[in-house]
Amino acid sequence: MSGMKEILTKPLFRDNPITLQILGICSALAVTTSLTVTLVMCVALTSVAAFANLFVSVIRNHMPSSIRIIIQMTIIASLVILVDQVLQAIAYDISKQLSVFVGLIITNCIVLGRAEAFAMKNPPFPSFVDGVGNGMGYSLILIAVATLRELFGAGTLMGVTILPSVANGGWYQPNGLMLLAPSAFFIIGGLIWVIRSRYTEQVEQDEFVMAPHTVEGGAH
Amino acid sequence: MEHYLSLLVSAIFVENMALMLFLGMCTFLAVSKQVETAIGLGLTVVFVLTLTVPLNNVIYSYVLADGALAWAGLPEVDLSFLGLLCYIGVIAAVVQILEMFLDKYVPALYNALGVFLPLIAVNCAIFGGTLFMVERTYSFSESVVYGFGTGTGWALAIILLAGIREKMKYSDVPEGLRGLGITFISVGLMSLGFMSFSGLSL
Repeated sequence: MSGMKEILTKPLFRDNPITLQILGICSALAVTTSLTVTLVMCVALTSVAAFANLFVSVIRNHMPSSIRIIIQMTIIASLVILVDQVLQAIAYDISKQLSVFVGLIITNCIVLGRAEAFAMKNPPFPSFVDGVGNGMGYSLILIAVATLRELFGAGTLMGVTILPSVANGGWYQPNGLMLLAPSAFFIIGGLIWVIRSRYTEQVEQDEFVMAPHTVEGGAH
Repeated sequence: MEHYLSLLVSAIFVENMALMLFLGMCTFLAVSKQVETAIGLGLTVVFVLTLTVPLNNVIYSYVLADGALAWAGLPEVDLSFLGLLCYIGVIAAVVQILEMFLDKYVPALYNALGVFLPLIAVNCAIFGGTLFMVERTYSFSESVVYGFGTGTGWALAIILLAGIREKMKYSDVPEGLRGLGITFISVGLMSLGFMSFSGLSL
């Protein structure tokens, strides 16, 4: 069972889909202005990734490789339709807020990427666990970003006031930038910096390394 | 005419696909190391978006929308839940046909764009274009303008980013930020710049 645990926890920090594999960034940036919406998105993506991996893995030996992408897409699209319909039925407001981003799970590279890279080569159960693990790695980053953005942008968490804002007679002046597009980029950039300072083997090497002591006789 | 111009400007600048709506990010970050490849990819995206958005618009309004099958004598059929599956199928098919067509008849263009075409099928900017078109119920001519506009906006953003990254190769970036980290921060700054377009309307 230790192998399963490894598959489940590796994508959390050491092989995170967002900060290392550069997969699934679009939705990570777009849905993170409010924590509730983010949580729903995380659950949706994790279940799609897990079940897509499971089903792809089950039929992996029967798929001709020339049409495998189309088959994978069809499986993923069907799962997303399912998730979309369920959301519209039980959480209509949130599904309105997520608007096109539920549909965009289809083209979320985490799902297709893991189906192609892991589920095509592994038996169903480990593939399912890999889907859950990658979904959780994605959720971890999203929740971190959403917490920062909602807390400092609006002073609330999941709609509950944490920092009473000036407009409501409190003391906190909300930082409106946090709710706008650029802050998402800055926060993820910062998170990558934090993770890579901890796991230094993830640092990308410079294409042109500066030679030491290039300033000859100059003052340092 | 003015309405279309306003839609075009808003699609290119105000609602820039990459910088304001965060679509197509994976390709945006992965293929923006060189200006030349960025131009190739950008043009492909413009081309595919201008083709698929109107195509999906036709499919939506004549087959999938609630009551759209009235022309076939089935006015109470609502197939809109099949939307996602159809759009992605259309996009994948268009990309595949385009690849074969270019390979056969326009080899020069195929050599320039060929490598990017498979990437395009799973680019969320393309799919997002279609989904926004459906959500906002654009008419056919609006969807042509919208498809072209969003494509141009995305191409503009990736070419600009590639220019910045080409220069940045020579800079001394702190270790943990090298590569992806600093790219995110530069994209954030670009997005801040594009925010100055918000509120712009003709």
